[in-house]
Amino acid sequence: MQCNICGKKKATVHLTEIVDEQMSEMHLCEECARQKSTQMEQQFGLADLLAGLSESGIKSSAKPEEKSALQCASCGLNYEDFRKFGRLGCGDCYVSFKDQLAGLLRKIHGSNRHLGKTPFSGQAQGVPDGTGISATAGSLVPENIEGLKKQLQAAIQDEDFEKAAMLRDKIRTLERE
Amino acid sequence: MRIEELLNHTGEWLKGSGPHANIVMSSRIRLARNLAKVPFPNKSGKKDLDAALALIEKAVGQIDLLKGSSLFRMIDLDQVDRQMLVERHLMSHEHASNPEGKGLLVSAEEVVSVMINEEDHLRIQVMRSGLSLTDAWGIINAIDDALSKELPYAFMNNWGYLTACPTNTGTGMRGSVMMHLPALVTTKQINKVLAAISKLSFASRGFYGEGTQASGNFYQISNQVALGHSEMDIIQNINGLIRQVVEQEEQARQALLLQNRPMLEDKICRSWGLLKTARIISSQEAIELFSMVRFGIDMDILKHVDHKALNELFIIIQPAHLQKIEGKKLNAFERDTKRAEVIRQKLGPTLT
Repeated sequence: MQCNICGKKKATVHLTEIVDEQMSEMHLCEECARQKSTQMEQQFGLADLLAGLSESGIKSSAKPEEKSALQCASCGLNYEDFRKFGRLGCGDCYVSFKDQLAGLLRKIHGSNRHLGKTPFSGQAQGVPDGTGISATAGSLVPENIEGLKKQLQAAIQDEDFEKAAMLRDKIRTLERE
Repeated sequence: MRIEELLNHTGEWLKGSGPHANIVMSSRIRLARNLAKVPFPNKSGKKDLDAALALIEKAVGQIDLLKGSSLFRMIDLDQVDRQMLVERHLMSHEHASNPEGKGLLVSAEEVVSVMINEEDHLRIQVMRSGLSLTDAWGIINAIDDALSKELPYAFMNNWGYLTACPTNTGTGMRGSVMMHLPALVTTKQINKVLAAISKLSFASRGFYGEGTQASGNFYQISNQVALGHSEMDIIQNINGLIRQVVEQEEQARQALLLQNRPMLEDKICRSWGLLKTARIISSQEAIELFSMVRFGIDMDILKHVDHKALNELFIIIQPAHLQKIEGKKLNAFERDTKRAEVIRQKLGPTLT
């Protein structure tokens, strides 16, 4: 079978496309398939989706002329470019675009409050992070036992008893301390 | 380690054991992490990338859990070598296509891999066999703790780990599980299942990851939400969902056996026959046949094949692997021939 696009090389990639419930099949050679896939990525990139999301998020919080001036002081990323490509430039962007991102994060995750682990580098005094806000390790100890207990529950649910025994011992040691 | 040495074995996660290994092929967790005060890779020039790479290389060298790992710099590898690392699920297509300033750390047995300077400075990944997300979390959490003592992470108390793409902000974690669902596909219930999965904010993809179509009844299911839940909560949510899908698949398998055992046996045994005898085979066809043979093993219809051999075939029949095995470039037709040969060799001893 010849490639549907160039008509010269042998078709080795078979693509099924569904557009408006119309299904069409294409048979392509490697080269044309690669081109086609780049086109498709451009059409349906995550960036578009994010751009769409942040677009609707920003309408309530800022006027159009304000947002175009928005820029991250650390890496120089324009908010416009973030909207276009969907990628932030550095940790400080989260501070520079704080108001815009608060709404966007909520839209994506249904929440904008982190409940997961925290880095423990720097231990007691905490380490300045990408934002100048310190993460202190003090709160980590009780969370750690809690975390282990949760892991223990999960291991029991997994019927992974070897792992469960190991976790049980770890919790006992921690509790004794 | 030289990259060729990877060819002598396959990843430990392909061993075909662990909870629900008949339906759940493997579990994977990845964490996205970035360095504070350094622009993310997409905003970094060569100098920044090289500096971040050097810093991270030094840090991973300090970590006991990563002793015995190998570090590859992408610019030292040719295109086929990089493709091979993608085919082994150790890194992304994106990481292979633009090698400048990028690195990859691979642990012994390929349990852990760390992409350096992909979309984020660090993408840490742990792969395990079967439904073993909790186990994978235990490993990756310990590595992340150790790394966080060596490297200043970009982190905010209210938003967690800061990532280039806001879909990863928070835990920076994605858990994904590769499932084999032939009975749900055959009984045409799969679309219902996938629709339910997407309603619950989980994503499903094909065997070869992001952007690939499901083939051979393999589906990769992962969480979409990274912020607002603890890592263990996310993992327990995935586990709960996966167990329900496992149960449905098991019921569908029993129903198929009861309704039409001869048809099922015929399809499975023909697939086995084709794999043993074919001289030219595309990867698409091979994966569909592997799926049927795997199904046959689970249903006790085929008795002398093990999951491990089949799992390994998934990896080594891919284009870059075939070319590394043959030791030269192969065109599409030559690959189809070589693929058939590799399959016959691998399944050979069990033929009689």
